[in-house]
Amino acid sequence: MSDERLNRRRRRFLTGLTSGVGAVGAVAVAVPFVSSMTPSERAKALGAPVEIDIGDLKPGEMKVEEWRGRPLWVLRRTDFMLSTLPELDAVVADPQSMRSEQPEYARNEHRSIRPDILVLLGVCTHLGCAPLEKFQPGAASDLGEDWRGGFFCPCHGSKFDLAGRVYKNVPAPTNLPVPPYAFVDDNTIVVGVDSGEEVA
Amino acid sequence: MQSLLTWIDERFPLTKVWQEHMAQYYAPKNFNFWYYFGSLAIFVLVLQIVTGIFLTMHYKPDASQAFASVEYIMRDVSWGWLIRYTHSTGASFFFIVVYLHMFRALLYGSHRSPRELIWLIGVVIYVALMAESFFGYLLPWGNMSYWGAQVIISLFSAVPFGIGDALAEWLRGDYVVSDATLNRFFAFHVILLPLLLVGLVYVHIVALHKVGSNNPDGIEIKKNKDAEGRPVDGIPFHPYYTVKDLFGLIIFLIIFCAVIFFAPELGGLFLEKDNFQPANILQTPADIVPLWYFTPYYSILRAVTYPLFGIDAKFWGVLSMGAAIVLFFFLPWLDRSPVKSIRYRGWMYKTALTAFVVSFVLLGWLGMRKPDGINLLLAQIGYVVYFAFFLLMPWYTKWDKTKPEPDRVTMK
Repeated sequence: MSDERLNRRRRRFLTGLTSGVGAVGAVAVAVPFVSSMTPSERAKALGAPVEIDIGDLKPGEMKVEEWRGRPLWVLRRTDFMLSTLPELDAVVADPQSMRSEQPEYARNEHRSIRPDILVLLGVCTHLGCAPLEKFQPGAASDLGEDWRGGFFCPCHGSKFDLAGRVYKNVPAPTNLPVPPYAFVDDNTIVVGVDSGEEVA
Repeated sequence: MQSLLTWIDERFPLTKVWQEHMAQYYAPKNFNFWYYFGSLAIFVLVLQIVTGIFLTMHYKPDASQAFASVEYIMRDVSWGWLIRYTHSTGASFFFIVVYLHMFRALLYGSHRSPRELIWLIGVVIYVALMAESFFGYLLPWGNMSYWGAQVIISLFSAVPFGIGDALAEWLRGDYVVSDATLNRFFAFHVILLPLLLVGLVYVHIVALHKVGSNNPDGIEIKKNKDAEGRPVDGIPFHPYYTVKDLFGLIIFLIIFCAVIFFAPELGGLFLEKDNFQPANILQTPADIVPLWYFTPYYSILRAVTYPLFGIDAKFWGVLSMGAAIVLFFFLPWLDRSPVKSIRYRGWMYKTALTAFVVSFVLLGWLGMRKPDGINLLLAQIGYVVYFAFFLLMPWYTKWDKTKPEPDRVTMK
């Protein structure tokens, strides 16, 4: 009798042990398959953070680069350009960027880490067209006397200010998105890495 | 011939299987119109697999060639247009048939004890079918394919604790929907899910034949057997229901072919207009709208506009959408009525079921429209009705006044 009980316990133990080892093996085998679905080295290389030299960017000038297949804008704003922003709080739809897409560190009045350097994805939040630079204030930009400078989308007439904030009563629902970016040094930014993260 | 059959039967239970599942499988004699959709669903599944095999012979799962290869099928491959339109129309009809099949269960209590497992397997089939169609919709690499996939995959980023973005990236295999995504969706669409679906349908039928079919009266025919142990109210599936189902199939095919030949796009409902343009990462379609069979859930997703407990509305929307599907699994246990069929239920269940169907159709219709103003309000009302149908079910089915069930099935 007691022999039988002992055997049964031993069998249960061995069955449990074998199943446990088997399960560990199954998980180990799953690793390569699951990993094979993560972005490949080529995809990582193509989607890698891009470094942009802003040393040669003069005040009031904008650079167009590319990141993950989308146009990327870097604009060095002049003091005058920055001074237009508070004036426009009443005419833009989302002045505090509450509904818009940007990293936390760019959710501020000037929508950037450093007030002068603005980094935006140049994709209209309406239908993804590319808005145009209309930096000249006033009638020179064909957008009326009151125009303070900004971006204008030719497809359906959406207007954005010099922080990419969308005007009220235009088709685009939210401000132009700000990608994750960080400063490597005063003259270099890297896009695709969050500010505060280790820059590789 | 007979000796060949004997030879096989000694090695494989051919005659036995035929007898058990066809010639001597007794089904209730009072099946009505609603009982066509099970066999029709199997027919459409076979049709999708067959047309799918022939499409794969010409289709190229490559972001730079996919769109052109579909156009090539439409213009240059002999009869390619017919095969592709059969496949695309078949996808929509699959959902029509499955929705009617599920509605039948709600009408006659086919999900109730002892058929809970049949129902559970069925809901898994439904979910697998949604996945199958979602993966398949990316393959033409049209602009709506592209942005639809982009939107649906980005729903996974709503998963909190920082897993969301990693999960979405893992599903895409890239930072945006790209060639890698297309390639793996092709693998899921032509291998993984068809295998899964065929397997699930097999278990669905095995479970059905174990307990036997329900019927419009919602009573068990096995409780009343003759001297030989056959249900008095049962008739052999073959030839009675094979012939009946063939008749249903003919009617189905008339409608199905009419759509294929005269309105394969069905005004943008079966094939969306934006999908006649190749995928463009820089050009979002004016309104990203999923195909009609997903729109009720899409409406539920968008109906949630308030953040709750400090978590934003998107998360709750995604959660609601998931819950809207998951609740189907609990249906057999939510229903506390002593009777199964709607014929013997009271006004409460009848009203609830009607309200549910209305809300489902309304949500579906709203899912194709812009979610603002009155549309948003209607969607929110539909949302409440949809969930009330499930969540209040234990009470209204219990309080409902029912009529006594008959002992024998009735022929209406």
